[in-house]
Amino acid sequence: MTTTVVTGVGVAAPNGVGTEEYWRATLAGQSGIGPIRLFDASPYPVKLAGETGLDATAYIPGKFRAQTDHMTHLAMSAAVMALADAEVDPAEMPEFDMGVTVANSSGGIMFGQRELQRLWSQGPTHVSAYMSVAWFYAATAGQLSIRHGMKGPALVLASEQAGGLDAVGHARRQIRRGTPLMVTGGSDASLSPGGLAFQIATGMLSTHDDPARAYLPFDRDAGGYLPGNGGAILILEDAAAAQTRGAPGCYGKIAGYAATFDPPGDDEGPATDVRAYDPPRGSGRVPRLRRAAELALADAGISPAEVDVVFADAWGLPGPDLEEAIAITELFGPRGVPVTAPKTMTGRLYAGGGALDLVTALLAIRDQIIPPTVNVTRQAPGIDLDLVLAEPRPHTIRHALVLARGLGGHNSAVVLTAPTTPLRNPQRSER
Amino acid sequence: MITGLGVVAPGGIGAKAFWEMLTAGRTATRPITLFDAAPFRCRIAAEVDFDPAREGLSPKEIRRMDRAGQFAVVATREALADSGLGADLDRSRLGVSLGSAIGNSSRMEEEYVAISDGGRDWLVDHRFTVPYSYSYIALNSLATEVAWAARCEGPAVVVSAGCTSGLDAVGHAVQLIEDGTADVMVTGATDAPLTPITMACFDALKATTPRNDDPASGCRPFHRDRDGIVLGEGAAIFVVEELEHARRRGANIRAEVLGYANRANAYHMTGLRPDGLELAESIRAALDQARVGPSDIGYVNAHGSGTRQNDLHETAAVKRALGPAAYEVPMSSIKSMVGHSLGAIGAIEIAACVLVIQEGVIPPTANLTEQDPLCDLDYVPLVARKQRTDTVLTIGSGFGGFQTAMVLAAPGQVTP
Repeated sequence: MTTTVVTGVGVAAPNGVGTEEYWRATLAGQSGIGPIRLFDASPYPVKLAGETGLDATAYIPGKFRAQTDHMTHLAMSAAVMALADAEVDPAEMPEFDMGVTVANSSGGIMFGQRELQRLWSQGPTHVSAYMSVAWFYAATAGQLSIRHGMKGPALVLASEQAGGLDAVGHARRQIRRGTPLMVTGGSDASLSPGGLAFQIATGMLSTHDDPARAYLPFDRDAGGYLPGNGGAILILEDAAAAQTRGAPGCYGKIAGYAATFDPPGDDEGPATDVRAYDPPRGSGRVPRLRRAAELALADAGISPAEVDVVFADAWGLPGPDLEEAIAITELFGPRGVPVTAPKTMTGRLYAGGGALDLVTALLAIRDQIIPPTVNVTRQAPGIDLDLVLAEPRPHTIRHALVLARGLGGHNSAVVLTAPTTPLRNPQRSER
Repeated sequence: MITGLGVVAPGGIGAKAFWEMLTAGRTATRPITLFDAAPFRCRIAAEVDFDPAREGLSPKEIRRMDRAGQFAVVATREALADSGLGADLDRSRLGVSLGSAIGNSSRMEEEYVAISDGGRDWLVDHRFTVPYSYSYIALNSLATEVAWAARCEGPAVVVSAGCTSGLDAVGHAVQLIEDGTADVMVTGATDAPLTPITMACFDALKATTPRNDDPASGCRPFHRDRDGIVLGEGAAIFVVEELEHARRRGANIRAEVLGYANRANAYHMTGLRPDGLELAESIRAALDQARVGPSDIGYVNAHGSGTRQNDLHETAAVKRALGPAAYEVPMSSIKSMVGHSLGAIGAIEIAACVLVIQEGVIPPTANLTEQDPLCDLDYVPLVARKQRTDTVLTIGSGFGGFQTAMVLAAPGQVTP
């Protein structure tokens, strides 16, 4: 079996655009969560979110910008960074040797809402010719392939917040099937007035107005999560092919991946029911999240004892937090492994979230330091994790496990393993 | 191995009704009844006469699910019943891969209209949302509905690649089985694009036909007068199963997926180059995986969307990939009858291919009274053809530049 390595990464996150800027902020505990500025959020009970400071003009030609939603700007910008980081010039590569699998969840909703308004207030002739290709879920994969001349396999996967991990799993599969380089990861930009209203309807968003108290996964005060715009892109390559082309090195291996689904325990349906996650206590069924982690570890050929850090999904609601904590504890023992949730500084980025967690874990491996979970102070009853709180923790990291769950029952897990040969020119963060 | 099949298509619900319509060469294109289409450039479509209660959905399911989800779940139930899968199935080895281009956009638009007070308010009123509103923007909710219907505990995901979503979803499912990740996959695709916003999108691109006075023959692939797409809607769902798993339980194997490939044209979101290079590459890669040659293909299910651009692109691609065999093989477009249901159509066309293999009949390209001289292949005009064929090719291309090909065969026809 070929080895799949990550040779480049790019980040567009609420607390930093650009990999090193994001990483510095994350290690410093600087949050990107603040008052919503993209539109007037005063009519809504949710007033905070993670918005990025992305200046897309720095990365994307005007023609592409005008035809695309912010969700695509995020991914296209991160892809430019990631390709540069991997020292890939797509024009120099055989075009069918490069493919694109990215995750998305809520489509180009700001663009979409604007065109819906034009349709309903002015009529069909006022709808933009770009609406279809800017709003639809596959937009980013199409635009990335066009922008960089990549003609290999291309598609979008959606499993809500689990999507970023599933995309990487899919990209690895395409590499094993003969496409040497895949652009993968995910992005979402769910923040428009309509997008926020639809999210509020789940009852899962935090209505707290203090950025430091609004999103507190595993905390006894956990009362919801905050959404964010953002994403990350990873360049995955067949290790041998990367070496042949003289890649600058790699951040690590995609050593294991698995996904499972939780069927709900009753007939209420899965659509927005938090209770849908994991089997009811005492049912005797193995929690599917734990099962996904076990399968990913088996895929990587390692035991739980070899895992040095877990990047948690960290939903921020008591039920899902407890279920995740139990799954982690059953797998690793009480306080058996350091656990962290840097997404406390970005909010949940949906399809961008898993991708960003993977990049964060690779940077943690590179610099042998675990970034912190911010704002959480007291774990909720029944939760006893070795959470890395407040300050980053220097730590020897060979294997990292990244977990993600998507609303409705998706569970995904990825195992990342430190490279045997480190990056040729490691850009160690200046802290 | 395809061991179960369910179809919700214009002109007929269920695989049987669907097949009767295709082989009769009847078209389901007609004036739009689902909403008032008067202000639109294109006012015709291929609609499904769908009564969700009559199709067995509960009032709660009907309230919760978008029309696309309803199609998918009805087709899933038909496919599961057809497969004969029992309660003893290891559900941790059962996955879902569902294709969709535009997700739950029908309900999304309805909800938007309510909360924006008919498009008047930019700052929409969140108090008028319904509990499931978020699932109408989150594309994965279609997969969760199918996964729930199938009681899946393995991987579940939505695959989205515009108009090739259906082919890519089934291709993804087959890859998971080939890689040993799952024994059984419930896969296929759904879309319900007959809504004001989607009609407006296609109006804006002038991609749909303005032939409103002649709805029954609105979609005319490969015809010298063809002038655009007729949108459709629907779903097709399959149970795809690992060979030994199917054999052990004595399943009725309908057909086998032998090869699948997708490529991007890296050219334009809606435009196609006339040389068909990338679609040809996709066809070649699918044939390679299937270990069959161009002359083994007995039928090509065309993308045949009804635009001049597609007809030339597709004809060139098939010639480029199949060589001289392209001139011998019958190739037809069922979109002439069921319209173009965006992400769903790739799966609906796979369903047609399965039935071609099983029934020995090739559905025609309806409305093809006068072939474009630049399109010089055998497009099976007007009338179905009795012709036994073991190995078929289905192709699609779509917005985003995606180009996908899949080879299907009668079970056991080709031994790798």
